[in-house]
Amino acid sequence: MDFVQNFPAVSILLCLFAGIISSGLRKKAARSVNIILILIVTFLSVCTLFYTMGTGEAFVYVMGRFPAPWGNEIRAGVLGPLMALFFCVIMLLSLEGGRKKLVDEVEEEKTFLYYVLMDLLLASLLALIYTNDLFTAYVFVEINTIAACGLIMIRQNGRTIEAAARYMIMSLLGSGLLLMGICMLYDLTGHLLMSNIREQVIYLYSAGEYRIPLLVTIALMSVGLAIKSALFPFHAWLPDAYGYSTVSSAAVLSSLVSKGYILLLIKIIYRVIGFDVFYNSRIIDVLFAFGLMGMIFGSVSAIRENDVRRMIAFSSVAQIGYIYMGIGMGTQAGMTASVFHILSHAATKSLLFIAAIGLTDVSGGSRKLVELTGAAYRNKWAGAAFTVGSLSMVGVPLFSGFISKLLFSQAAVQNGTKMLPALIVLGISTILNAIYFMKTVIRIYTPVESGKYKGIQFMKMKRYCLTLVCFVALNVILGVFSQPIVDLIEQGLVMFS
Amino acid sequence: MSRLKPDKEYEKTGAYHFFRWLSGSKDPYVGEVEMQPQKEIQTQEFTILERMNETQMLRDKVYDVENNKILTLFHKIYVVAAIVFCIALVGLLLYTVSYLPRIGNSSNPDNNIVSQRYIEKGLQETGALNIVSGMILTYRAFDTFGETNVLFIATCCVMILLMLDDAILKKREDKDDRRFEPKNDAILQGTAFILCPIIFIFGIYVILNGHLSPGGGFSGGAILGAGLILYTSAFGFKKTQQFFNEHIYKIAKITALCMYGIIGSYFYIMGANGLENHIPLGMPGHILSGGIILPIDICVGIEVACTMYAFYALFRRGGL
Repeated sequence: MDFVQNFPAVSILLCLFAGIISSGLRKKAARSVNIILILIVTFLSVCTLFYTMGTGEAFVYVMGRFPAPWGNEIRAGVLGPLMALFFCVIMLLSLEGGRKKLVDEVEEEKTFLYYVLMDLLLASLLALIYTNDLFTAYVFVEINTIAACGLIMIRQNGRTIEAAARYMIMSLLGSGLLLMGICMLYDLTGHLLMSNIREQVIYLYSAGEYRIPLLVTIALMSVGLAIKSALFPFHAWLPDAYGYSTVSSAAVLSSLVSKGYILLLIKIIYRVIGFDVFYNSRIIDVLFAFGLMGMIFGSVSAIRENDVRRMIAFSSVAQIGYIYMGIGMGTQAGMTASVFHILSHAATKSLLFIAAIGLTDVSGGSRKLVELTGAAYRNKWAGAAFTVGSLSMVGVPLFSGFISKLLFSQAAVQNGTKMLPALIVLGISTILNAIYFMKTVIRIYTPVESGKYKGIQFMKMKRYCLTLVCFVALNVILGVFSQPIVDLIEQGLVMFS
Repeated sequence: MSRLKPDKEYEKTGAYHFFRWLSGSKDPYVGEVEMQPQKEIQTQEFTILERMNETQMLRDKVYDVENNKILTLFHKIYVVAAIVFCIALVGLLLYTVSYLPRIGNSSNPDNNIVSQRYIEKGLQETGALNIVSGMILTYRAFDTFGETNVLFIATCCVMILLMLDDAILKKREDKDDRRFEPKNDAILQGTAFILCPIIFIFGIYVILNGHLSPGGGFSGGAILGAGLILYTSAFGFKKTQQFFNEHIYKIAKITALCMYGIIGSYFYIMGANGLENHIPLGMPGHILSGGIILPIDICVGIEVACTMYAFYALFRRGGL
């Protein structure tokens, strides 16, 4: 066995260790541990990525002395390390961009807990990405849920506590449904290891046994994960949770936490249920339909919103809808588009959140769109970054959003029956996106007659500006050099099963 | 720095303006767009109480909930729809369960090679008489490490929500919530005096015998935590703090979790790389046996006891 194969397991364990040790450290030390941890995990992910690209096949790593169905194991193909790499980069940038706000909004004595939560959140995301065992996935889904609740309520005011309570109820409902699904699946197959379950499920399916329980199981797991990742009818918790928590939390929640659950769903589709069985169960059409509805209703809610943070949050509902639409197409191309959109949305949404906070700060702390008039002149860097994010969301070439929309349309064209609804809704949703994002961009670039607020100099907030530059660069890289990444994703999806 | 153009020409180029704008020495909008000093940023977030009042006002004045017919109708429909939905869900799940394999059938799918090996070879491979301990702490040790971290992160979240500053705690100390209770309840103290040692010893017994008899870290830790809670409610926080304060809590918790992590990592990584295991399995049935199970049980026990007590203390007075 090669040395590199240890890296996924080591990165999960390192995150857990960092979280545990940080709980005894002071604020600054916890912050340094967090930054160093993310850098190390990034490095390990890069190594793993190159290793799997070199060997061209996924490898299995036994956690302990006992092989597959008896012990735990993790498995890494190309997709896993790629996602881990992206998640690390985005988490680092989101934390860096919101650092100043974090100091203002979180009680100083509790700041170290924020980094504990972040470390454990990263551990759970990595575990969700790498695990090959359904029950391990559930355990880390729990960690993920609790960490996300903590991230919302660490800024303590009425709104965030309310949002955290709402998030917790909805998210636990999702966890419960997922757990029920896992229990039933265990009852039907007698395994918890993903690959073994798939063999059994395919056997049961071809033998025609347990049709109804199998269908209900697939439905329970899909709905559970859909609730947790805020698919359209279950998105009620989302605007408050993203809109009022401290900005790093909002960026991390929207771009990483919900994406972790979607990755788990993709994993379940490919590795647990099997793509064909899932496709034939018709649950996929339900996901497709709700994805389409989310694309429209999320955007409509965003247009009606008058608060810039909540507007960006509602836009997430629409973007999650895109991802589910891609999954719902039931083709390889659709799935590739979805996975690319996970990356593209993660990079763009966190950029928007971080840029929006720069704009509201120079507008007297108000988040009302009216107050933001001319904000881009007062904070040029945030203004430019917000514009880039908006253009990317709308789908203008050069930026990442364009590539994901292109991939979605290509996937739709290849699909016979779902082509028309997908293309029409994609078009409508793009126009709606343009309405609310361009409205905001025009507003922040409208010169004000009598400037109420003072601008901000570059020198005073170097780190914030550099973070924004990194985010913009990430977006442009995803938009311009998309082909190698798309190839990697395709290769990864093949390895996934 | 050498420039190709003379200074005067250079001043007309875009690059000159761009770099001046970048360095902040000249802002093209200053003078053209009127600006005023920034106001003190006032947070417009509401406190919890204000928000509750606002909600109440919305209910009472704006919507006039009592007399608004559409709203009452909506609420009625909402309640009915929720009940119908729940009943439908329960019905669906019951219907599904009726199709699942019957419990205890020997031909069930879950009666396969996995459980067979756990039962037949468990003792030999883990050295534990208690198969469940062997399963969760040796075969599936990674899951259990995750599960212990769930407890840890739950304490962190409760701390975020309920922990108070030391200053506030000191102020509140006199106005304890116990002021309505008898301060030194003789019956409670007498019972605790007899029970606490027994509970502690039983908890330690359950933890140490986790690999031999039913029990283990989670159950033993819960017993220990219950003992601590009984002691605190009988004798007050001041007495408990003499041997279990926040400092000791932190040290105990971090040491236990780190030890578990180190033993676990050693086990996973050595096992995965096919290296030899240096932790002896021992003689099955002896107290020092079972390989990594006993040390992990002790760590888990400490962590669970800490968590139980921390929940109690945080909910009761907002600090350890």
